[in-house]
Amino acid sequence: VRTEIRIAGFGGQGVVLAGLLLGEAAIRDGRQAVQTQSYGPESRGGAARSEVLISDEKIDYPKVIEADILVALSQEAFDKFRRAVKSDGSIIIDGDLVNPGENHTLSMPFTKMADDLGRKVVANSIMLGYLVAATGVVSVESMEATIREKVPKQTIDLNLEAFRRGLELCGRGRQR
Amino acid sequence: LSREEYNRVVKAIGKRELFAQGDEAYAYGALLAGCRFFAGYPITPATETAEVMSKLLPRVGGTYIQMEDEIASMGAIIGASLAGVKSMTVTSGPGFSLMQENIGFACMTEVPCVVVDVQRSGPSTGQPTEPSQGDMMQARWGSHGDYEIIALCPNSVQESLDLTIECFNLSERYRNPVFLMTDGEVGHMREGITIPDFGEYELSEREKPQKPPEEYIPFLPERGKIPRIADFGGGYHTYLTGLTHKPDGLPSTDDAEVHTQLVTRLCEKISDHREKLTRVEELHLDDAEIAIVCYGITSRAAWYAVKSLRSEGMKVGCLRLITVWPFPEELLRRLGERVKRILVPEMNLGQILHKVKEAVGHDTEVARLPRIGGVMHSPQDIIEALKSF
Repeated sequence: VRTEIRIAGFGGQGVVLAGLLLGEAAIRDGRQAVQTQSYGPESRGGAARSEVLISDEKIDYPKVIEADILVALSQEAFDKFRRAVKSDGSIIIDGDLVNPGENHTLSMPFTKMADDLGRKVVANSIMLGYLVAATGVVSVESMEATIREKVPKQTIDLNLEAFRRGLELCGRGRQR
Repeated sequence: LSREEYNRVVKAIGKRELFAQGDEAYAYGALLAGCRFFAGYPITPATETAEVMSKLLPRVGGTYIQMEDEIASMGAIIGASLAGVKSMTVTSGPGFSLMQENIGFACMTEVPCVVVDVQRSGPSTGQPTEPSQGDMMQARWGSHGDYEIIALCPNSVQESLDLTIECFNLSERYRNPVFLMTDGEVGHMREGITIPDFGEYELSEREKPQKPPEEYIPFLPERGKIPRIADFGGGYHTYLTGLTHKPDGLPSTDDAEVHTQLVTRLCEKISDHREKLTRVEELHLDDAEIAIVCYGITSRAAWYAVKSLRSEGMKVGCLRLITVWPFPEELLRRLGERVKRILVPEMNLGQILHKVKEAVGHDTEVARLPRIGGVMHSPQDIIEALKSF
């Protein structure tokens, strides 16, 4: 089975890093993964996205064709990609950044929760926790090991804490 | 490369199983091939390679220099290589344009070196963060005059590493610049890779003179068409010039015979080995009526399309060129005899297309499928083109 994940938002939200962590965690789970990224020339603020494909077989086409999971962290990203999701796919949004209209989404306040933790930049780790718990695309253990290895040393504990808060969100989410 | 040196490289990389970018893999491949000199100028989407080299080269006893521009970068790697050190630079379109003059110099003076071009969308500064395959003809004809080049195209991160090693081997063996023509999509893509074990991959080293310095004639091949190369600083004298030169290296600029012999040898030392240099990968070509001919990242969409159409019973196959230069003419000619139609998807408006057309002759229909603007072909693009062919 080929699982297609698209994480889209703007530069500075850790969209590319989130994709990298997912792909690496999938490899740790013993699966195949490809991660691609796309962003503008700006270092922050421009549209950014990361795509991750996870499969048990060799992955030919390295891009999302129709997403199983869309994470939209900006209105622009939501408007652009919400149609390119499978009918049984999931759309995860940050409810404070995206107005989903009538669409069915899993809406969580990732950025606000990160603010409460004292560092807005860990919103992506909270999002990953929620994504992992809600979809099971990678194991919790692999993701925790990956976070430990990949994030800057002085932020490991903070990111793990953020990831766990994300995990706990699952099941408590307001779905609309 | 000794086992100790190999171990140092692996220690510097960290581990042997990685989830890495193409850009990182070029650097790892270079270090595993024994590259110990890098000069470059950062440019999207190739900067990560320079970044990795700047971190790792000092740890394995190598030298990294950030130059003032790409002209100087190319000059620096030529100089380092002449001193006997395997050398590389990495760039993208705008930098590759600047390097062309010195690439010609390296061809004329037969200096082994590797240039990685992580192609982005041009012309000019174009779309800096977007991939393309727009430099494929520039790779062949970007510098002036007659010369031959070797260029390989990877389509995965593992192959990015493996082919970088191969680029070094070929440049050492043929005494010529060798290009890894990759693109921003492969460069920024991450996949699982394995660092090959010591002894698991082959390494070639340039042939050095066996005669004493007083008998050494720097541009006179003892056998074949590739002369032996003496390291600068090793006691051998080599006069080096971009001017047409005699076997002793001294300029001779008004003798048609000297020029013809030299330039013919420079070209034939590569073109004579076209078949040996040809590397391709075939998918379902045996009974194919329509073939896709592609290279690099485009092949990943092509494979998906072929497998999907095969499941519908359509007799379609794919020939992926790993060696693009020298162009595998004979192979394409034979393919033209077997299939009725050939589709050439490229992330440019049609470059290798012309070589395919030239090789297959008039009886086979060849169609282009261009995709520019920084977005790679989707499998659906290729499926639709094949169905409406």
